[in-house]
Amino acid sequence: MSTHEHPDYLGHHFETPQQQYDSSKLGMWLFLATEILLFAGLFCAYSVYRSNHPEIFVYAHQYLDKTLGGINTLVLICSSLTMAWAVRSAQTNQRRGLILLLSMTLLFGCCFLGIKYVEYEQKWKHGLLWGKRFHPHTEETRSHEKTAPSAVPPAIASQPAPVAPPPPTGEDRSLIEAAPRGPAGLAAGAIEERKPGHEGSRPSNVQIFFGIYFLMTGLHGLHVIGGMSVIGWLLVRSVKGHFTSEYFTPVDLGGLYWHLVDLIWIYLFPLLYLIG
Amino acid sequence: MASGDMAASGAGVEDNYLTHSHGFKSWFFTLDHKRIGLMYLVSILTAFFLGGVFALLVRTELLTPGKTIMDAETYNRMFTLHGAAMIFLFIIPGIPAALGNFVLPIMLGAKDVAFPRLNLFSYHLYVAGAIFALASIAMGGVDTGWTFYTPYSTTTNSHVIAMTLGAFILGFSSIFTGLNFIVTIHKLRPAGMTWFKMPLFLWALYGTAIIQVLATPVLGITLLLLIVERALGVGIFDPALGGDPVLYQHFFWFYSHPAVYIMILPGMGIISELVSVFSRKHIFGYKFIAYSSIAIAVLGFLVWGHHMFTSGQSAMMNMIFSALTFSVAIPSAIKVFNWLATMYKGAIHLDTPMLYALSFIFLFGIGGLTGLFLGALAVDVHLHDTYFIVAHFHYTMMGGTVIAFLGGLHYWWPKMFGRMYNETLGRIACLIIFVGFNTTFFTQFIMGSHGMPRRYYNYVPQFTPYHRLSTWGSYLMAVGFFLMAGYLLHSLFRGRKAPVNPWGSATLEWQTSSPPPHDNFPEAPAVGDPYDFSNLEYDPSLPGYRRRGGPKA
Ligand SMILES: [Cu+2]
Repeated sequence: MSTHEHPDYLGHHFETPQQQYDSSKLGMWLFLATEILLFAGLFCAYSVYRSNHPEIFVYAHQYLDKTLGGINTLVLICSSLTMAWAVRSAQTNQRRGLILLLSMTLLFGCCFLGIKYVEYEQKWKHGLLWGKRFHPHTEETRSHEKTAPSAVPPAIASQPAPVAPPPPTGEDRSLIEAAPRGPAGLAAGAIEERKPGHEGSRPSNVQIFFGIYFLMTGLHGLHVIGGMSVIGWLLVRSVKGHFTSEYFTPVDLGGLYWHLVDLIWIYLFPLLYLIG
Repeated sequence: MASGDMAASGAGVEDNYLTHSHGFKSWFFTLDHKRIGLMYLVSILTAFFLGGVFALLVRTELLTPGKTIMDAETYNRMFTLHGAAMIFLFIIPGIPAALGNFVLPIMLGAKDVAFPRLNLFSYHLYVAGAIFALASIAMGGVDTGWTFYTPYSTTTNSHVIAMTLGAFILGFSSIFTGLNFIVTIHKLRPAGMTWFKMPLFLWALYGTAIIQVLATPVLGITLLLLIVERALGVGIFDPALGGDPVLYQHFFWFYSHPAVYIMILPGMGIISELVSVFSRKHIFGYKFIAYSSIAIAVLGFLVWGHHMFTSGQSAMMNMIFSALTFSVAIPSAIKVFNWLATMYKGAIHLDTPMLYALSFIFLFGIGGLTGLFLGALAVDVHLHDTYFIVAHFHYTMMGGTVIAFLGGLHYWWPKMFGRMYNETLGRIACLIIFVGFNTTFFTQFIMGSHGMPRRYYNYVPQFTPYHRLSTWGSYLMAVGFFLMAGYLLHSLFRGRKAPVNPWGSATLEWQTSSPPPHDNFPEAPAVGDPYDFSNLEYDPSLPGYRRRGGPKA
């Protein structure tokens, strides 16, 4: 090994701590890019369905609890603050501050998950779930059912029962039978048919919104749990006194990850809760 | 990986990475990029063998119309397993994870990749993903085709979840390898090796890594959605629940088209090395080749819609995707012309790796040009989902990537194991594979243009001669591969000891011993032009190349 100082934390294949720090940082940024792209698929699905069926989103978002969502947004912003502060404490060798701030971040994370649990439970109780499991039975939806006969009854929405295809109307129709209910995704005609319904009446395929809601917040929730495990691990290491102003890379990288998790929520909140 | 036979091959002399430590744990939990590369090599070759057996079964079934050896259900599973094993377990990790892992740090003159632990984790993920895939096969396999198109994949009763979960995990293995390579190339280059003094293989791996990092997560979320869809009935892709199955195709191809460049780019990188070394001539148009790797990586992200020309995309989208697809031909052709210009007036040595390089240029030429047929809208309507497609992508993936991989394997084999294989048998095997390959797949171009649909179990009698010929070709290829396996394994035990630089290459990996020591270089190597062969001379006493004026053996 080379004669110059080679501290314990420095990998054998790195020349200097600076090189190791830069490498770790670049690696983390790349990893964050992959995380963003992982969510990008869902954001993309969101945009496709929202632009094709705006009425579903306008209607269904009313069933989300804006207050709880707003509180959760605040909780995560606070946790980002404590995390950033924790990194600063590590940089300035304040071990007790670091331990305190990491614990606070962890606490905020728990708080977020707790509130999310309450929200999920409400949705579950009212049957406002995804695709197959969508059986709404809130007071409000019932009354809509009566006033809006065009709405798809939950029994049909819940099972893919084939509906008789519409009879061909002209010579130019394809010989292939129409799908029971068309995909309607990118086809221009589908948008015409589904003009946003008048206030209050339930559009068809509301389950799409809840599917997207659960997928996005669910995947985000898993990332919160992942981030909290990382913070827990950082907490254990900082109690053991592993981090100094010389070496605080893991705290720094853990912080970056946590900020990303927060940032994704900052986008999810308005996109899902604040429509219309 | 049996460490015993490895140790035997490097026994005696000085310490090298193969003999550095012993036992199963010293391999399976190693942080040494060379050992990880070797473990990948053994794993992917196993997958290649498996995928090859499935392919031969499929070809045998198609020997006659109707039932030959298996029923239609089994046939569906066989071609799915062939595709899934070859793509997810063999080709995608093939060059980057196996050869790249071994070569990249040494080519850079570095001691290891930037994150050795992450590298090992990638390999463990690969093993875990492979176990899921094998579990799915053991339970009876999947019959959806390797593309897992919805809504069939969400309704079939074959074992889609295990297989897609496997592919999901393999995706993360691939992401971490790419991430590791990008950081390594950015941060671990030695003083003196600027971006434009990097060997072109590294440029290719860099382009590949960008795609791995940016495209694979989208596959991840797609497969995750598919799993959730199947398990919980979310309905995002299910028309009966208001979902859109074509959205699945968009998601899937947003990854899987760039993925074909994950496969071909590193292959092109290998060819750039081989053509220059075996022509004893400086690579022509270095910067063009380097930039074209990046151009292919970027353009590759913009063409996925060409898989959906017949899926109800709007005419405008079709035209845009068609035009973008054509544009990928430009950087690809730049590479081919530069290789040809490199060979022009070079002192061409027809060693086995160079035979593979020449095969690559020929086969990739056919594969690439037929891609243009398919990118043309009107022609694609006729050729979509026929054997023409099958032939096209086998010419690019097998004639391209696999042939380049074999060239690289033969080129770096002496460095990896410190032994030379039998050169004559190497050339014969290459010839057999080349002939077998063209027999198998050129007939499929003809069949496809006559309208034989892909993935069909049965066919009308007029296609019988083509199918026969194609199947015989595949048997011939199998003979070539068994011959190769024979002489390569033989070389491990009986092969002549390899010199430091058997081919006269100027890149850094040929400055260290064969096989390299645990830390790659006893002292930091002198960085120079990777394609300057002027100060290398042949020394028959080695027999191999050494630096002019350097110490005699
Ligand atoms: Cu493509």
